[in-house]
Amino acid sequence: MAEPQVSLHDDQPLLVADHLGKNYGRLTACRDVSFALYPGEVLAIVGESGSGKSTLLQLLSAQLAPSAGRVSYRMRDGVLRDLAALGEAERRFLFRTDWGFVHQDPAQGLRMAVSAGANVGERLMAVGWNHYGRIRDTASSWLERVEIDTARIDDAPRTYSGGMRQRLQIARNLVTEPRLVFMDEPTGGLDVSVQARLLDLMRNLVSELGLAAIVVTHDLAVARLLSHRVMVMKGGRVIETGLTDQVLDDPREPYTQLLVSSILPA
Amino acid sequence: MNAPAYNFAYLDEQTKRMIRRAILKAIAIPGYQVPFASREMPMPYGWGTGGVQVTAAILGPADVLKVIDQGSDDTTNAISIRKFFGKTAGVATTTSTADATVIQTRHRIPEAPLHAGQVLVYQVPIPEPLRFLEPRETETRRMHALGEYGLMHVKLYEDIARFGHIATSYAYPVKVNARYVMDPSPTPKFDNPKMDNCPALQLFGAGREKRIYAIPPHTEVVSLDFEDHPFTRYRFDAPCALCGAGDSYLDEIVTDDKGGRMFVCSDTDYCGSRQSAGHRGSESAAPHKERAHG
Amino acid sequence: MTAMIDITNAGKTFVMHLQGGVELPVVRGVSFQVEPGECVVLSGPSGAGKSSILKMIFGNYRCDGGRIGIWHRGAVIDLATAEPRQVLSVRRSTVGYVSQFLRAVPRVATIDVVAEPLIANGTARAEAREKAGALLRRLNIPERLWALPPSTFSGGEQQRVNIARGFISDLPILLLDEPTASLDAANRAVVVELIGQKKREKVAMVAIVHDDEIRHLIADRIVDVTSFAAAA
Repeated sequence: MAEPQVSLHDDQPLLVADHLGKNYGRLTACRDVSFALYPGEVLAIVGESGSGKSTLLQLLSAQLAPSAGRVSYRMRDGVLRDLAALGEAERRFLFRTDWGFVHQDPAQGLRMAVSAGANVGERLMAVGWNHYGRIRDTASSWLERVEIDTARIDDAPRTYSGGMRQRLQIARNLVTEPRLVFMDEPTGGLDVSVQARLLDLMRNLVSELGLAAIVVTHDLAVARLLSHRVMVMKGGRVIETGLTDQVLDDPREPYTQLLVSSILPA
Repeated sequence: MNAPAYNFAYLDEQTKRMIRRAILKAIAIPGYQVPFASREMPMPYGWGTGGVQVTAAILGPADVLKVIDQGSDDTTNAISIRKFFGKTAGVATTTSTADATVIQTRHRIPEAPLHAGQVLVYQVPIPEPLRFLEPRETETRRMHALGEYGLMHVKLYEDIARFGHIATSYAYPVKVNARYVMDPSPTPKFDNPKMDNCPALQLFGAGREKRIYAIPPHTEVVSLDFEDHPFTRYRFDAPCALCGAGDSYLDEIVTDDKGGRMFVCSDTDYCGSRQSAGHRGSESAAPHKERAHG
Repeated sequence: MTAMIDITNAGKTFVMHLQGGVELPVVRGVSFQVEPGECVVLSGPSGAGKSSILKMIFGNYRCDGGRIGIWHRGAVIDLATAEPRQVLSVRRSTVGYVSQFLRAVPRVATIDVVAEPLIANGTARAEAREKAGALLRRLNIPERLWALPPSTFSGGEQQRVNIARGFISDLPILLLDEPTASLDAANRAVVVELIGQKKREKVAMVAIVHDDEIRHLIADRIVDVTSFAAAA
């Protein structure tokens, strides 16, 4: 079986969700979610639209304040910090350095009018890189890693195809060597053939860099290919969780069985 | 008809107090854009409404005012603003940089060194240096607050990627007092070094955008750059055709329809004083005398 | 000597919620041990639960009860209650699974598909590819195919690629799910040879094989699964 490898040398969790919940008035978007994510581990959050998976991703990435519970993150100095207790400057710094966020729509994650090189280089400049040549070389090597022709380094992403844009977005996020990447339906808007290439690329990068990732997807094939572990959400709650192949090959909950049975055979 | 009952320098005293408070705050936080309740002025936006309000708020009866537009004392914009304050404040006006106590400017810093006690008032169209890449005001404010200025370098990166060097030649971003990144208004980058450690007070007014910012005297002003692409001044590689100056910022003047052109100082006061002192350039001619076309 | 696999009273029932909650008992009371260097072959008719047991030992199917002890990194770990990351750790350094079907990632060259388990465990890429090449040659996959992704191969070729991928590792436990099905005689013989080699390397194996001849060649012991059959 081809399956992603996980590094298990580190026994300290990277991110811990503790009884997380979010209400909008009387509407519960997400409730009582607890789990620990370890370095190098890829967690898929699956469920249909409205299941609360996107809300959960926003809570986990500190873009939304929880109504209940908390999210803690192990900073690079090894200290586990409550995200809600971080100052805005710290939180934004985390977002630019130790975290990545890959949006479903690359236009949300890229500066569409700025060249690919500057899109990749921006995070470096934000942390104080001040040497044009080195920034450009680094950007160029990242374009290569995500299989974008380096001759297009000075083209703006609006001249790129959908798949290239998504790969550029990934390069832009990974250039600062984050330890955790959030992905919101990363293959959502792409053709099937383009999806396969992107998934393959993400899978390799994640294992080469030992990245931890939280991937929100409604596509169980994406979860199977990318993730070690899966959480199934329904009505704002996690109804089933476990090893990805365990949950997909031996689903227990009625809803998970329904989800698994509704996919077309590969 | 009797003289209209204008208040001194056109604006009412309450408005001036409001603007002065904004100016004081701006001086206290060098480079920080202070919002202010910009008034309607009897001129269109883009003609210096921000600068005029700042000037009106700081002007006193003893001040001597100079107004320049692109370095020149005798263009429409400069003349009309000078006349405006002559009429509404009755202050003395001058074209001499050295004699002026308040200098309102569009797009230039005079060539003659400024001295302590002078105030240079800039007219600013777009005060936000980050606007080029970040359209959201909420976001740019946050970026200033947190000192997140990576985006400024993205702009410079784009220049080098596209043109091989930093092609931004005016409104070249600076960092003030090692804290805020500031747009020096559309002055040519040739003038940027003059802002650094300047003995005069520099005030910036943006009327449409309702922002005032300042560089107090003797404040460090650094032009942003890359280690391997350092900031450079730029001027046409020629002496002034009228006064022969080799160190001034030059305008290119097209003289005929056959490609003839000449380079002359953009600072008319500087050029004029040099000519009076006997300096001559290749094309110098007596004033008011038509040059024969051939 | 400590058994590599020690299963006690393990059971599995599927609950089919989409069919109104019908319970499908598969196996119960599964108990057997596998020692290092031993190949245990599971026997029994189709549907008796042989594959399910293999999947339970791999942590792919969850157990309803009982215990699946695996000797992993100097200690026994119970897969029936292990955390997902412990299961992954077991798969990474202790238990390998060779199925009939290759689930390969598109676009990856055959030689890299085979070399991947070694590289993931820290072997240098060049060395891993060399071993992968040797195994592919042994399993009669022509060298001109090595650079192509196996998804374009015939069923038999894909199976041999999968066998190479399964046997390349130096894991102490291997689970073999019909490794010789649909192979020709020559390749079957190679697989038998590979299994013998693994035995000499003290690898514990659990296999499902339908071919009687092969079963006799590789089995040290046969466990009859019908005794674990759960009454429906």
